[in-house]
Amino acid sequence: MMNNTFYNEILTDHNLHPAHKKKLEDANLVLEGVNPSCGDDIILELKEENGVITDGAFVGSGCAISQASVDMMLELIIGKTKEEALQLADLFSRMIKGEAKGDELEPLEEAMSLADISKMPARVKCAVLGWHTMEELLEKEAEKNL
Amino acid sequence: MTDYKKDFPLLKDSQVAYLDNAATAQRPLAVLEAEKAFYEKYNANPLRGLYELGMEATDRYEEARDTVRDFLHAAKSCEIIFTRNTTESINLVAYSYGLNNLKAGDEILVGIDSHHSNLLPWQMVARQTGAAIKFLECEMDGSFTDEAIENAVTPKTKFAAVTHISNVIGRVNPVEKIIEKVHGVGGVVLVDAAQSAPHIPIDVQKMDADFLAFSGHKLMAPMGIGVLYGKENLLNAMSPFLTGGEMIESVTREGAVFAELPHKFEAGTVNGGGAWGLKAAIDYLNSIGFEAIEEKENALTALAMEELKKIPHVHVIGSQDPKEHNGILNFTVDGVHPHDIASILDGAHVDVRAGHHCAQPLLAHLGVMVTTRASISFYNSEEDVLRLIEQVKNIRRLMGYDE
Repeated sequence: MMNNTFYNEILTDHNLHPAHKKKLEDANLVLEGVNPSCGDDIILELKEENGVITDGAFVGSGCAISQASVDMMLELIIGKTKEEALQLADLFSRMIKGEAKGDELEPLEEAMSLADISKMPARVKCAVLGWHTMEELLEKEAEKNL
Repeated sequence: MTDYKKDFPLLKDSQVAYLDNAATAQRPLAVLEAEKAFYEKYNANPLRGLYELGMEATDRYEEARDTVRDFLHAAKSCEIIFTRNTTESINLVAYSYGLNNLKAGDEILVGIDSHHSNLLPWQMVARQTGAAIKFLECEMDGSFTDEAIENAVTPKTKFAAVTHISNVIGRVNPVEKIIEKVHGVGGVVLVDAAQSAPHIPIDVQKMDADFLAFSGHKLMAPMGIGVLYGKENLLNAMSPFLTGGEMIESVTREGAVFAELPHKFEAGTVNGGGAWGLKAAIDYLNSIGFEAIEEKENALTALAMEELKKIPHVHVIGSQDPKEHNGILNFTVDGVHPHDIASILDGAHVDVRAGHHCAQPLLAHLGVMVTTRASISFYNSEEDVLRLIEQVKNIRRLMGYDE
């Protein structure tokens, strides 16, 4: 009967034991992301050096999907360039909209486990909160450097 | 227990345990057929046609109004205004009464348990008139003490917006006491009966409410038909909320003479099919009777509360007495966000509401951010409740907790 396959060990583990939920003392990029419908509220902190995200963390509270999704995201993007991180965000966003499927999703690794959220419109905002916050943060940064 | 699901096409052969009745009810066949019948047999523009069919449509519409009058035990049919829903009814009073009668120095008393739709219109009135909003505070179990009422009402209280049954707490509020107290200082009271109308008998005269609002859709009627009751003298003194067709006596290039009550407040083509459906819903409800409805809802609520109490980490908001819930059960599960709870329950076809229930100030007052709400109706079954319980039992383990 259960069709919500994303409530699995990957999600609960990232939710209950997030590896990246902490304060990042030497962050140079910080932005708050809020999803008023669920009351999800995170502060995303990134450390960026020469176009590479060398570290990242978040603090905040919210539903399991929002919290696990941002933790999975940080797992993926630490060590990647800003461009690579934005490409992953685009891929994640397309996955959640149901536009990207199958092998194409491989680069998302564990975050692929959230694919079924595309069938739950009410939870899309939870899943993309961390990703949108990162996109906004990096885009703002890019504007500043123009 | 009597099986009422057979009367509801959506529930009859469904897997769904529909426990979101406080958001909107399901509709019995009698209501669906009535709405269809209106358009099949009586359709013409009510209140206008000077031909037989037009008069039929008008008669059905006004019959529906008479049914609502009896349902609310109002003195006159002209005191019953058809609107779209509770929100529109409250806004009508806020714009037509509030803006014209309240002023700086006045206090608008609002129950802290108000739905946002019985708070935001008053915030608007306060902003525009300079009147001040004051809150009537409840205890941690959602109850209002005599002392709280005594202290909240002052000589400046010119208006009070109160809730008959809160969609979070479920308890019947002491509206008569509040009304008596506010009348004592010359104030006017609006009662939001959106959650009470489906569960308990309402007598606006005994209650002495000045205004009372409810929605048809929570009472098994079609969506888009609602009711405002207002005392005749108050409604007569008020200017129209919306202006336009069929709410006038005569119109010149410069102005208009407005129609008599209730049509003064029903501008434009009305929701005839909706009104006829609302009549059918009230007839259906009366055929069962509030006594039987309360008995069944209380029995199911008692079962749900008894079982929820046995589950560790689950907390029910409000009274510990099932009879003080009217089927409305808000609960939290330690460490699990209500939206996750609702999604997990959805996987087992148990439909509940999760979030702030449009009552953010109340939840803040109670010290919770968001909750999960199961709201029970008389047409729910024991099986619906047990399926909810079975799922709630597993939620923490499913979310990775040891127990």
